[in-house]
Amino acid sequence: MANPAGEAARPTILRTPLGRVRGSGSAKSGTHHWWMQRVTSIALLPLTIWFIVALATSAGMTHAEAVAWIGHPFNAVLLLALIGLTFHHAAAGLQVVLEDYAKPEWVKITSVLAVKAVCTLLALAAALAVIRLAV
Amino acid sequence: MSIQDAREATMLGRRTDGTPVRRPLSPHLQVYDMMQMSSAISITHRATGIIWTGGAAVMVWWLVAAASGPEAFDRVQWFLGSFLGIIMLMGLTAAAWFHTLSGLRHLVWDAGHGYDIPTMYKSGHAVLIGTAVLTALTWLALLLSW
Repeated sequence: MANPAGEAARPTILRTPLGRVRGSGSAKSGTHHWWMQRVTSIALLPLTIWFIVALATSAGMTHAEAVAWIGHPFNAVLLLALIGLTFHHAAAGLQVVLEDYAKPEWVKITSVLAVKAVCTLLALAAALAVIRLAV
Repeated sequence: MSIQDAREATMLGRRTDGTPVRRPLSPHLQVYDMMQMSSAISITHRATGIIWTGGAAVMVWWLVAAASGPEAFDRVQWFLGSFLGIIMLMGLTAAAWFHTLSGLRHLVWDAGHGYDIPTMYKSGHAVLIGTAVLTALTWLALLLSW
């Protein structure tokens, strides 16, 4: 299809000339971030509903009751899954918000790295607490 | 079209007739009417996601306190049972249910369904009503078990 000026349509090519010569394609990870956000959200659906229902039906737990509940193998395994998936999903989501709105570039990169660090440390702290009570 | 920064450069493309086009960036926060069903729920989905991350931090506090011992645990339970704590937990419950239901709506969209405007408005209302109902039910269950 030609435009009125008679210029042929040229698609925008973002690959470098060297990359084209070497025939190296994409890293095959283009949709990985987006896809993992969906996979973790599906896994979090039942886990989160389980956690909210469990807490809502046992308000005002004593320390001994809480320790027993967290330390029960069934609950501990689900809690570990919940912790890992929650912070993976949270870090991925916050990253996208920052990528959209944080400016300038150094603020964007620094804040994304900070979010990843905080989410990783929170997840590790929570997992350690569960494991201490479960084993 | 002038390029202002590196990000701008990745937004430049051409239509099939060869004319240049600047692809849309993320929604601008000032130029649109944000109170439409589409944009209002979209921005609230992000906001509730951020709020829920704060809620996840409270969950970490609760778990770590339980592992630390009775004193630390009593402090968390005291805070969560205080006026401020209950208001915060109610907000978190509403944010969690909103993000869950709105997230389900996104998964349905990802599967390729519900994109037409009437369905979009219906599912949007369903998210709002569902959030109110499920938040109320959660707190009813909580009060009954207290």
